[in-house]
This record gives sequence, C-alpha cells and structure tokens, in this order.
Amino acid sequence: MKILTLVRQVPDAEARVKISGGHVDLEGATLVIDGMDEYGVEEALRLRESGAAVEEIVALAVGPKRVEDALRTALAMGVDRAIHVETEEKLDPIALSRIVAQVAQAEGAGLILVGGQEADWDSQALGAATAERLGWPQLTWTNELKVEGDALTGRHDVDDGNESFRATLPAVVTTQQGLNEPRYPTLPNIMKAKRKELRKDALDTYGAAPTVRVVSSEIQTRARLNKMIDGKDPQAAAAELLDLLRNEAKVIA
Amino acid sequence: MILIVAEHSGGQLAKSTLEMVTAARESGREGPITVLVLGQGTADVATAAAGVADQVLVADLPALAQYNAELWAAATTQIAQEGEAHTVIIGGSRSGREFAPRVAVRLDAPYLEDAIGLKTSGEALQAQRYTYLARVTETVEAEAPVIVVSVKPGSFAPAQATGAAGEQYDVELDLPAPRVEVTGRSVEKSSRVALTEADVIVSGGRGVGSSENFTAYVEGLADRIGAGVGATRAVVDAGWRPYAEQVGQTGKTVQPKAYVALGVSGAVQHLSGMGKSKYIVAINKDAEAPIFKVADYGIVGDVNQIVPALIEAARK
Ligand SMILES: Cc1cc2nc3c(=O)[nH]c(=O)nc-3n(C[C@H](O)[C@H](O)[C@H](O)COP(=O)(O)OP(=O)(O)OC[C@H]3O[C@@H](n4cnc5c(N)ncnc54)[C@H](O)[C@@H]3O)c2cc1C
Ligand SMILES: Cc1cc2nc3c(=O)[nH]c(=O)nc-3n(C[C@H](O)[C@H](O)[C@H](O)COP(=O)(O)OP(=O)(O)OC[C@H]3O[C@@H](n4cnc5c(N)ncnc54)[C@H](O)[C@@H]3O)c2cc1C
Repeated sequence: MKILTLVRQVPDAEARVKISGGHVDLEGATLVIDGMDEYGVEEALRLRESGAAVEEIVALAVGPKRVEDALRTALAMGVDRAIHVETEEKLDPIALSRIVAQVAQAEGAGLILVGGQEADWDSQALGAATAERLGWPQLTWTNELKVEGDALTGRHDVDDGNESFRATLPAVVTTQQGLNEPRYPTLPNIMKAKRKELRKDALDTYGAAPTVRVVSSEIQTRARLNKMIDGKDPQAAAAELLDLLRNEAKVIA
Repeated sequence: MILIVAEHSGGQLAKSTLEMVTAARESGREGPITVLVLGQGTADVATAAAGVADQVLVADLPALAQYNAELWAAATTQIAQEGEAHTVIIGGSRSGREFAPRVAVRLDAPYLEDAIGLKTSGEALQAQRYTYLARVTETVEAEAPVIVVSVKPGSFAPAQATGAAGEQYDVELDLPAPRVEVTGRSVEKSSRVALTEADVIVSGGRGVGSSENFTAYVEGLADRIGAGVGATRAVVDAGWRPYAEQVGQTGKTVQPKAYVALGVSGAVQHLSGMGKSKYIVAINKDAEAPIFKVADYGIVGDVNQIVPALIEAARK
C-alpha cells in the first residue's frame, strides 16, 4: 500500500497576524508545518514501523514556493518522497480536493492522511471532499488507527463522544491531536532529506480553479472593560465581582 | 428553495437548526425555507421544524437511525437536486462539517464553511467566517447555481416559531450501503445545560489544581449560579474532565453572555473558542496571565480562596 500524506504550511500559533490592503499579511511570520499534518506524517511512519505493508509514503503540498520547507520537514521525518504542486493561487478545499484526488489516483494510493482541522483557517473540508471525489469512505477526528491487510480499524471522535470503527481500504483518514507524538527530525535525517525526490508539478495540469473568493479580511477586537479587582481580601473581591455581574453586566440573577 | 438539513438529538430538534433558519432568512436568498429531517423516530423533530420553516421534508427510516457521512451526503444531494435547491445549509457540528464537503462535491457547488454571517451581494452569496484562531474575520463569496454553506453553532439567533405551521412531506431516498461499520460507541453524557446553549459558563484550567478541586470550585460555582461547565485542553488531557467540556480551537466554540475562567492562562487556542463571549471574567493568581487582556472583570488571586468566597456570597 502507498500512503499519501498532505502537508500545509501555516503561521506559528503565536505569530502576529497583520492585515494590509484588506488581506492577511504574513510578512515576517514564522511559518511551520501544520501540527495536524505532522500527526498524519507521523502516523504513516508508525504504520510502516508497526509492520503494516506500506510500500511508500509520499507527501503532497499545494502552494507557493515556500511550502517546500514544510515538505522538507516531512521528508526529514521519514517520508520517502514529495510532490509540490506549485502555485500562487489560493485554492479552497473543494478545488484542492481535485488535485489531491488526481495525485492519489496517479500514485495508486490506498490511504490518504489529511490534517483534521487547519491551524489557520480551521477548515475541516479537504479530507471529506477528497474522499467524495474518489468515492472512498472517510474517518475524521481519528485518535487511533490500525491497518491489517486492507482492514482499517480504530477510534475517532464524533459529535457526542467517540466511536470504534472498521472500514476497508482505500480510505481517507483525518487526524486529531492525541493521535500520536510526532518525532523531531534528527540532523542526519535532515541531511538525508535534501537528497530525497521533491517533484514539482504545475497547477494547470490538474484543472483546479478556486470556487470561493476572499473579499476582505479584518481584525476585530472587542474593547473589554478590563476592570481589575484585588484578590487580597477574598470576601471583598467576591462581593465586588458578584455586584458587577448582577448590576452592571446583568448576566446573573 | 433553501434546503436546511436539520440537526437533532434524542428526538428533539437542536437549537442549531433554529439558528440555520435565521441564517437562511438573513441570507437574502429567495424561495421557501425547507427543512430536511433525516433520522428515525423523528416525528417531534419534524413538528418542531414545521413551526419555523415553510415546508419540512421527512425521511424517517431505520437506515437513518445512526448518522453516517455517506448516507447523509447522498440523501441531502438527492433532495437538493430534486427540489432544485440553490442554497444548502448544513450545521457546523463535527458531523455537519464532515458531510457538507461531500454534498458540495456531488453538486459541483462551492462550499462556504463555518459561516458566522450570510448575505447576498449582487448575484453572489457572501459569508463571514473566522480565521487565524478567530483573530481575523474574513468575508468570502461564491456565485453558482447552487452553493453549500455550513453555519457555525451559536452565530445566529434561534428562529422563533411564526405561528403558521409549514407542510410536512415524506420523501423517498436511494441510499447507499454504509461502508464504515461502528463497532463501539461511548457517549459523553453531561447532566448540565449543553455548553453551546448556556447563557453563563464557568470554566476551569490547570490552575484549579485537581479533579477534586474542579468539582468543588468549577462545578460548585456553576451549580450555584445556574451555569454550564467548560474546561481547557490541559484539564481534559489530564483526565480531570471529559472532552465534551473542552472549549477552544479543537473543542467547542461558545459565545455565552458571561464566561468565567478560573485558573485559565488564556492561550490563543483557548481564546479562539470563547473570545466572542459578551463578558469575560478571569480569576488567576498571575496578574500577567494573557486571559486578563481579554477580561472585562478580573480578580488577581488564588482560586482556592476566591472561589469558595464567591460560592458563599452567591448564596445571598
Ligand atoms: C500561512 C498560509 C499562507 C498561505 N499563503 C498562500 C499563498 O500565498 N498563496 C496561496 O495560493 N495560498 C496560500 N495559502 C492557502 C493554502 O495553501 C491553502 O490553499 C488553503 O489553506 C486551503 O484551504 P483550507 O486550508 O481551508 O483546506 P482544507 O480542506 O481545510 O485542508 C485540510 C487539510 O488539507 C491538507 N491541505 C490543505 N491545503 C493543502 C495544501 N495547500 N497542500 C497540501 N495539503 C493541503 C492538509 O492536510 C490540511 O491540514 C496559505 C495558507 C496559509 C496557512
Ligand atoms: C493545535 C492545538 C490545539 C489546542 N486546542 C486547545 C483547545 O481547544 N482548548 C484549550 O483550552 N487549549 C487548547 N490547546 C492548548 C493551549 O495551547 C494551552 O496549553 C491550554 O489552553 C492551557 O490550559 P490552562 O490554561 O488550563 O493551563 P495553563 O496554561 O497551565 O494555565 C494555568 C493558569 O492557572 C493559573 N493558576 C495556577 N494556580 C492558580 C491558583 N491557585 N489560582 C489561580 N490561578 C492559578 C496560572 O497562573 C496559569 O495562568 C491547544 C494547543 C494546540 C497546540
């Protein structure tokens, strides 16, 4: 079985987000591989190490030149080779799923691992959209995964708790925090990764065009009252807070 | 028509469905508001939906007893096509955001995900949504014969019944066989008011100290003032509280009238789930904790001393 694992590049959670010209400006922000995608890369490596018949692990990214760095991180973690569909176009998940599905087919992938939720946009759409294009089942918010032959079993979170599942490959699995602890690339592996294949594809061979347009972005801050109460006298502080909640904010009876 | 896929649980219509009806009304899209009810034993759900919608389509079938992404996608797509829907609105729950992209692919439609606002602009449908851990509000738009939207829970006011009851119709569906077999289920039950529906939430972080303290302080205060209970990821990871109570980027997004954070540092991933609360209250012993930057009322102090005093004072 071949595993395709998707990789995105996102700003570090603590990065300062600026808006210029009505759009998010990432100039100067530290960009890293999306944590949710690291779980996918790690899980692919663990499946191979645990003895599942994994022929090859391929990482895929779509985006501008700089996303190469995220692919190099995946290669240094242990992925065999990488494909970079290079474009400046901002593609929505429905459009992106066209590319992912075509790559999966061309590669003969049996399992696709996708980040469960974007660290930046919070989108959860790409996994499901890709599964639909391929006519495959999908498992989202996965905490536990096992592959034996073409049987896929594990556990995942649902609206009101969690479920154990069984499905048959091929399938799309989306990750979740807690699935595993991603490894750090070691220096020798970072060196080795430089020699691994990183193929460049042009976007136009995939026929994917955006269907959703970003009109504008703004940073909204709500002015907060910032009333601070000294807690040295707990009884007085408690009484003052309750009074504010009852009579100023009027949120409790 | 505007097609809304109802969310319901335990035989009751969920508040999120009423919110989707408001989203539909505010969207400026024309045509009857139609609610599709998928499930088994959904008579009460359909009746409640008829109170707010122009019409209700009901598929009350044993095959739909359990949510499954492929079944829900197939059913929604079929009804959207037969009814020539130009707008399909789906809930922003985990399951909603799991099957909505499938519907979009099947209908060859653009997908506006996790909308907090909807309006028509010319021929386009515009949605607002949060990005970058809810620090940025983005306006996106799509123009197409049919558009799929998912709606973030808690972002629209629940629709009020109009007095007139919409017609109910049974529909027939061609359903695929489910391919994911559920071999076990564990449901996290909470006897309290659902987090996403609570007017006031008392939430605890690692600073509360222990699972026992959480029960005494966070639950104790919540019970005293009639609030829901939330927790940070640190607390959930420590096993003090169930995941169902986690607030934040990878937990629930809440927007109560008041959010009371006890021993919570205010990490960006937590703020992204509660930063839109009307009033934020923080109690933390560290005056520099980031939570105070977003707080309306803050007490710098030890939860072990302040919270018992609060519980005592709230008695009066
Ligand atoms: C910091 C940052 C800067 C960006 N700058 C640009 C830019 O300059 N130009 C531009 O065209 N686009 C840019 N993008 C957009 C980005 O590359 C994606 O096109 C966009 O985020 C896809 O929508 P989504 O995240 O909602 O996808 P979803 O469907 O939600 O994706 C979910 C998962 O899909 C996979 N995935 C998503 N996108 C990709 C991808 N691009 N490659 C491989 N796997 C993917 C990942 O596993 C991800 O976790 C930027 C995104 C980020 C985070
Ligand atoms: C991808 C990703 C997703 C995440 N998703 C979430 C999420 O959904 N929700 C979430 O909450 N977190 C999430 N996190 C984790 C987040 O980054 C923080 O680690 C977490 O929110 C911290 O929880 P905390 O405030 O309880 O703990 P801490 O950060 O340890 O803070 C404890 C606070 O308690 C105070 N304190 C200690 N003792 C006392 C006392 N006696 N009295 C008063 N105050 C006291 C301290 O001063 C401190 O400010 C996520 C992280 C990542 C990387």
